Amino acid sequence: MTGTPVVVLDKVNKWFDQLHVLRDIDLSVDAGEVVVVIGPSGSGKSTLCRCINRLEAIDSGTIHLDGVPLPDEGKELARVRAQVGMVFQSFNLFAHKSVLANVTLGPVKAKGVPKAAARERAMALLERVGIADKAERYPAELSGGQQQRAAIARALAMEPTLMLFDEPTSALDPEMIAEVLDVMIGLASEGTTMIVVTHEMGFARSAAQRVVFMDDGRIVETASPDRFFSAPETDRARDFLSKILAH
Amino acid sequence: MDIVLENFDRFVQGLTTTLSLTALSWVGAFVIGVAVASLRVGPIPPLRGAGAVYVEVVRNCPLTVLFVVFYFGFPSIGIILPKFASAVIILSVYTGAFVAETVRAGFNTVARGQVEAARTLGLSFAQMLGMVVLPQALRAVVGPLGSLLSALIRNSSIAFSISVIELTGTTFQIATETAEFIPVFVAAAVAYLLLTLPTGLVVGVIERRVAIKR
Ligand SMILES: Nc1ncnc2c1ncn2[C@@H]1O[C@H](COP(=O)(O)OP(=O)(O)OP(=O)(O)O)[C@@H](O)[C@H]1O
Ligand SMILES: [Mg+2]
Repeated sequence: MTGTPVVVLDKVNKWFDQLHVLRDIDLSVDAGEVVVVIGPSGSGKSTLCRCINRLEAIDSGTIHLDGVPLPDEGKELARVRAQVGMVFQSFNLFAHKSVLANVTLGPVKAKGVPKAAARERAMALLERVGIADKAERYPAELSGGQQQRAAIARALAMEPTLMLFDEPTSALDPEMIAEVLDVMIGLASEGTTMIVVTHEMGFARSAAQRVVFMDDGRIVETASPDRFFSAPETDRARDFLSKILAH
Repeated sequence: MDIVLENFDRFVQGLTTTLSLTALSWVGAFVIGVAVASLRVGPIPPLRGAGAVYVEVVRNCPLTVLFVVFYFGFPSIGIILPKFASAVIILSVYTGAFVAETVRAGFNTVARGQVEAARTLGLSFAQMLGMVVLPQALRAVVGPLGSLLSALIRNSSIAFSISVIELTGTTFQIATETAEFIPVFVAAAVAYLLLTLPTGLVVGVIERRVAIKR
């Protein structure tokens, strides 16, 4: 399927005061594509994600979602944001709501989906991520892996055209990482368009079409996962890989 | 003791007035406080500023002064209200500033990530505030709000300064008539304790009930 790319970044620049965190970022992601973003701490990976759903405003350049430029703050932006699912490192589930209520809140309030329909769909999603039995539980009663799967279900409930994952497994104990990655690999194989910030090489190899390596606010290298991990072209990528492989 | 029993009905009458004064003022203070706290974190700078000015002015003004200024100020701008209604408004405006600060402290207990999660779901600012932030913030400050309610019960006695005959006013009347100040005022103290102590207990129960597991 070749149509309009789901998201296009063109010469995007972003400063935090004097700090130039995104430098001339060009990136285009097609429907059904999975792009892994990798790079050292502070290289701008999170900021890149946060600019795509405009949690942060960019200073120059353009971002198009489904061919439409990102609007400024306001109603229209809320509508656009609802199409972009985001999964955070720290889950960020609503602590005062049950898992089910976390998943139905967005569809009911932001999209006006009838409650019964939203519940039904939420239960199907919780089933899919393997925590249907936790629907009535509160976030604090779940393990980290279960919370992250609930957060994924919450994002999917909005039927997003694009899913952003910002280090979704970094806060998890090793034995819980696999259960979250399995869900994400499942999504990828079903054709979900995804941008995933992660250092999980296994995930990148099995699910991603492209790896984007960032350093110091720039996209330094773009390659297929196999190529990137076995024969990186730039010194900085080689240097970075040698460090994460040393672990 | 006899004096207290002889005037029991009047004490009850005064107590009832104090109760309704407190209850109505609490509703007013709560609405004002939540609204002002929300404005102060909202996206509209002039309203943020207005909220801050209101809180600072009111919190730094003695309640008795507010009573005099408002009570005698209302008629001069053409607003003529019954004493009781005036007292409710003044107590609401006063306590509202403290409620606003308390609720704002509650906002700070809500993890920033949850606000971002709400925004990424496409919730509006008002929805995010009403459905994600406020419910958690209020639960976090039940205890401090209870202290404000208790203070309001005691502060309602200042309505006596504009001749609202609540519990303190009644007590003064009975004391002056009978010239028995000590027993009559001890009875009033007991009556205030009968209001504030259970308030504290109930607040404690609510606080434990609504606490969010983390
Ligand atoms: N809100 C902010 N205000 C100021 N500086 C910020 C802010 N957010 C991020 N930064 C800075 O911008 C740079 C890029 O941060 P970013 O979080 O995007 O990096 P990252 O690649 O996600 O790093 P990590 O792997 O540690 O998550 C860093 O130097 C960071 O300190
Ligand atoms: Mg990051």
